[in-house]
Amino acid sequence: MAQVTLRKIVKKYDEVLAVRGIDLDIVDKEFIVLVGPSGCGKSTTLRMIAGLEEISGGDIAIGGHVVNDVPPKDRDIAMVFQNYALYPHMNVYENMSFGLKLKKTPKDEIDRRVKQAAQILDITELLDRKPKQLSGGQRQRVAMGRAIVRDPKVFLFDEPLSNLDAKLRVQMRTEIKKVHQKVRTTTVYVTHDQIEAMTLADRVVVMNAGLIEQVGTPNDLYHSPATKFVAGFIGSPAMNFIPCQLEQAAGGLNLRLADKLSFPVPADRTARYASHVGKGNLVLGLRPEHIAETRPHTEPNQHDFDMVIDVVEPMGMETMVYFTIGAAEICGRVNPNAGAVATQSMKLRADLSNMHLIDDGTGKVL
Amino acid sequence: MANVAIEAAAARPAYGSMSKDRRWALRWSYFFLVLFAIFFLMPPIYMLITSLKTSQEISAAGNPWWIYNPTLANYIELLTQNHYLTFFRNSAIVSVCVVAITMLISVIAAFALARMKFWGSATLATGVFLTYLIPETLLFIPLFKMFAWVNETFDIQLMNHWWTLIILYPSLTVPFATWIMIGYFASIPKELDEAALIDGATWMQTLTKIFIPVALPGIIAATIFTFTVSWAQFLYPLAFTTSTTELVLPVGIITTLIKGDVFNWGQIMTGALLGAAPPLIIYAFLMDYYIAGLTAGATKG
Repeated sequence: MAQVTLRKIVKKYDEVLAVRGIDLDIVDKEFIVLVGPSGCGKSTTLRMIAGLEEISGGDIAIGGHVVNDVPPKDRDIAMVFQNYALYPHMNVYENMSFGLKLKKTPKDEIDRRVKQAAQILDITELLDRKPKQLSGGQRQRVAMGRAIVRDPKVFLFDEPLSNLDAKLRVQMRTEIKKVHQKVRTTTVYVTHDQIEAMTLADRVVVMNAGLIEQVGTPNDLYHSPATKFVAGFIGSPAMNFIPCQLEQAAGGLNLRLADKLSFPVPADRTARYASHVGKGNLVLGLRPEHIAETRPHTEPNQHDFDMVIDVVEPMGMETMVYFTIGAAEICGRVNPNAGAVATQSMKLRADLSNMHLIDDGTGKVL
Repeated sequence: MANVAIEAAAARPAYGSMSKDRRWALRWSYFFLVLFAIFFLMPPIYMLITSLKTSQEISAAGNPWWIYNPTLANYIELLTQNHYLTFFRNSAIVSVCVVAITMLISVIAAFALARMKFWGSATLATGVFLTYLIPETLLFIPLFKMFAWVNETFDIQLMNHWWTLIILYPSLTVPFATWIMIGYFASIPKELDEAALIDGATWMQTLTKIFIPVALPGIIAATIFTFTVSWAQFLYPLAFTTSTTELVLPVGIITTLIKGDVFNWGQIMTGALLGAAPPLIIYAFLMDYYIAGLTAGATKG
């Protein structure tokens, strides 16, 4: 069993709080991704789990044992670094077997494990090469191999794909997922790339300014973000935020975005939002894919409106259109054949069944 | 045919100036390199020529750059009749021991100062460098006092023994070697020792299995430096050793081959030439490593 538990973890650098008391339960065999912008404390958290940083407060338990004062080597973890950190003077085989050799594992056991890991990662023919003779992707594979052979309780990945070019990154992402499906080791993975987080994770932990914003499955985070930060961080292009007001109207609530633009709030949400009528600081969150071109038949909660398009960006499978409502720049995703033309008016359709109402004061999604 | 070629060259647009620049830069660098090579090779060549001459020929007015009666007499005499071999042995033992002691201390010290962040480690590292800046001419008087104190307190006579130099030289070599090694170790990515730490290596294993092999060029550079310094050191042996059997090469040549105002030039030159051989041989063997060492750390490998 290799669950990892974080209780009220705090990290202080001199007087700066890098991590401000986070709680997290990672279950056995789970693939957890910590994601957030630079300086949010995700790497620090990972390094505290690894034992490379001392914790200033709280408890970390791996497999049920508190490891606060246990040195890294006795935590039964393996880590993959952003710059691979392969030993440059050793060949791939020696790199992978270094940890086992230090543990005085029998030679034939080492050999078996290295060969097995090499097979999983498809690097068998590279075993006698030096790191500098390898490409970036191959080095990354060796770094993962070094982690796998030790058969640890927990894998820790610290932005392992950041040094690779875009194409290789996508390829290695799949590779990492495959490896996890094969070895089923509890994994904590740090990245600043939300797409990496979404595609790899069983559960994603979104961090911001030393705190956890939300923990959930990728779909949870995407469809029901808890805060404005998560709503804006997950998804590309990012969710549109439009300042709005909630008005009482005949038979329900009305969402006013601008003088001449207002939508009725979906009926199933009126009870939830009723207490916010007339309050300031409200923001409508709507993802670009929920602003599309108009279609002949209307579904519930879909509303047409006319807009003058500022910029059109064809992507091939879809076209991005940009326009403004008040001071907010809005992005919509329309069919490439919908005939979007810059500076011309276009009939668009907002799908409010997927709307989010956000209190800008607290940053919470209502 | 020739005309065609000339026309083609003339028709070539002016954007070839980069390579023209480079050609001129190369010419100038060769010019100065040759100049410097001549300048610096002159003394050793003069030493070699003089060492092959008889005393009469050296003092005779003639072309100093030509040997009329080549002889090996200086070499034979120096190696058989003088204490030259004793000096050589003393120098060799002292230098080898100093290199061993220096590298042992400085590699471990540099590793601690570069990697184990402890209270005052940065100040200590600067302190090591400042120590190196103090010239030995200032140090030998306090050292005299210290030796006198040791003599009074423990009744151990440190003066006038060649092995005393083994204790003395590291005061010059350790600070600089440590400083070089701190630089090398600092250029090794932090993740490398973290990876080793997670792999289960102790600090000592991280040092011996990761840092020393990775920083080998730096260690070789420091070794060469230490050897050269202790081989060529003049002031300390001059001040601390006096008996003929306790002298090392540089001082030995000066004190035994200059008698009053009589300079035995032939043997002085022979002795200096033979004395310069060991560092030269070491350089020649480790040259590639040394140059690699000088540039290492500039880029992440």
